[in-house]
Amino acid sequence: MTDAAPLLRLSGITKTYGRGQAAFQALKSIDLAVEAGDFVAIMGPSGSGKSTAMNILGCLDTPTGGSYEFRGVHVEALSRNQRALLRRRYLGFVFQGFNLLARTTALENVELPLIYRGERAGTRHAAARAALAQVGLKGWEHHTPGELSGGQQQRVAIARAIVTRPAVLLADEPTGNLDTRTSEEIMDLIGAFNREQGITVLMVTHEPDMAAYAKRIVRFLDGRVDSDRRSVEAA
Amino acid sequence: MLWNTLLLALRAIRRNLMRSFLTVLGIVIGVAAVITMVTLGNGATRSVSDQISSMGSNLLMLLPGQRFGPGAEAAPAFKSADLDAVRTQISGVERVAPVANKTATAVFQASNWSTVVTGSSNDYFPAGNWVLAAGRNFSEIEERAGKAVCVIGDTVREKLFGRQNPVGSEIRIKKFACEVIGLLKPKGQSAMGQDQDDIVVMPLRTVQRRLTGSQDITRLIVSVKDGASIDAVKHQITLLLRERRNIGENEDDDFRVMDTRQIAETLTSTTKILTMLLGAVAAVSLLVGGIGIMNIMLVSVTERTREIGIRLAIGALEREVLLQFLIEAVVLSSLGGLIGIAMATAASIALAGTMNVPYTFDAGINLLSFLFSAAIGVIFGYFPARRAAGLNPIDALRHE
Repeated sequence: MTDAAPLLRLSGITKTYGRGQAAFQALKSIDLAVEAGDFVAIMGPSGSGKSTAMNILGCLDTPTGGSYEFRGVHVEALSRNQRALLRRRYLGFVFQGFNLLARTTALENVELPLIYRGERAGTRHAAARAALAQVGLKGWEHHTPGELSGGQQQRVAIARAIVTRPAVLLADEPTGNLDTRTSEEIMDLIGAFNREQGITVLMVTHEPDMAAYAKRIVRFLDGRVDSDRRSVEAA
Repeated sequence: MLWNTLLLALRAIRRNLMRSFLTVLGIVIGVAAVITMVTLGNGATRSVSDQISSMGSNLLMLLPGQRFGPGAEAAPAFKSADLDAVRTQISGVERVAPVANKTATAVFQASNWSTVVTGSSNDYFPAGNWVLAAGRNFSEIEERAGKAVCVIGDTVREKLFGRQNPVGSEIRIKKFACEVIGLLKPKGQSAMGQDQDDIVVMPLRTVQRRLTGSQDITRLIVSVKDGASIDAVKHQITLLLRERRNIGENEDDDFRVMDTRQIAETLTSTTKILTMLLGAVAAVSLLVGGIGIMNIMLVSVTERTREIGIRLAIGALEREVLLQFLIEAVVLSSLGGLIGIAMATAASIALAGTMNVPYTFDAGINLLSFLFSAAIGVIFGYFPARRAAGLNPIDALRHE
């Protein structure tokens, strides 16, 4: 694996919000490489730039400077549409606030990325049902987010993220809105997708208990990478 | 892609039923109101012109003064001599009926009824398409002597006599008693909403002597012989009246000679103005409906912006999201427009029936109000979405 290019690599990435006097530099030159199959927890206090880095890694936001290679492709040179297609093809997202479509059944939420991929209805239903079953929601297909608990909603979100078999799962504080027991269940689920399906996981968290599920922990401080180490137990 | 996007749009409509319903409702009400008002107005206009053209095209109306209504300058009324002159000196004239009106209360036993007494001659009945239901019209002696006899309309009969036969009874008008010699067949409401059957006809002389107290004739109704040229008769009458009224060569007429087409135009101009007013009021409701749509759409922008963020994060292209919102807006607006047209058609037919006006489908106003409401729906459904879809996905997701 050493001579192959990493799955994704940030080099000298900066991100500045605002201009002139009011300018705030959220990221001050980040260098980070992630190999395929890894499970990286990104930690750090509020304002350390971890979420900003995550959004850039997820192609949801664009860096001010530096370069971001995804599978050797320079993302910063891609157009809006090309980045959308990259997300569609390779990335899956799980957010702290779940971000499911309201008043829409679990099944339809999970089907959504497949619709944009242009999958046929039959394939779509089967894949969405299978994904919901994988996250332990068999029998809940026709419930809307309003009828589901927070943990169940996050499971739907995970099902939606993995239904396309993405290369990378990006999770931004996935357990931030959940109690401890539910958080552990969700982390077990994410860990299982990493181990069993080889999906690379990038996760932002500020809870050490959750970071403990990861194989590698990167700490951010003031817009820089402060420490980067392999977790002893998970390794 | 189109098919998938259509699917997404229909799902979005279904899961936001309340919002969709309110959007559609705004358009439905606006479209239905405008179309119904204008259709009924057009119906009323047509009903007026129909009724006047049913009088026949061979009638002329002679009125003193140049204009109807307020602001009309005082012009001398016609006299009996004018009537005789028109009758005897103009070739092509079949009949000339004078009209002198006076409002009066008619009393029979314990019943009384305020009505309009018309003084005229037997020529009045054929000219106004009146047919006797019972009794007879005036005799020559009655006309010449100004006897107290009258022919009454159906409304007067009903108010005064109920189920009794009026012919041969005496009614009292002002201080004199008047024998009912005939009863007219009912004609119903006029196009202007007046009850045409609320009428008492007496010999001209009777009205002049006992009610108006003057020799004035309010107007003359002239019927032209078949085959004679209406324009030629009009021209001759105009020349004759100018001479009789001593109007100098450079002076304008102080009377009008109108044929039925002109009468129709005069009357329909009123209903046309009413139609425009009704249409304007209804257009306000269309506008209010449009504002309602804007409101609903703008209120849901926050939720929609987040939704757009989710879709973009999942990998939707900007144009896919926009197409979805456009389809949503078009589907809702057209649905609203079509329901509005259907409701307007139903309401117009029902109201036209009760108002006794003909129903006519006006394609122009249907199309216009449909396009207007559809445009509002599309603009306010689509453009907020367009702004949201131009955001960075992460900004759209975090939209508060």
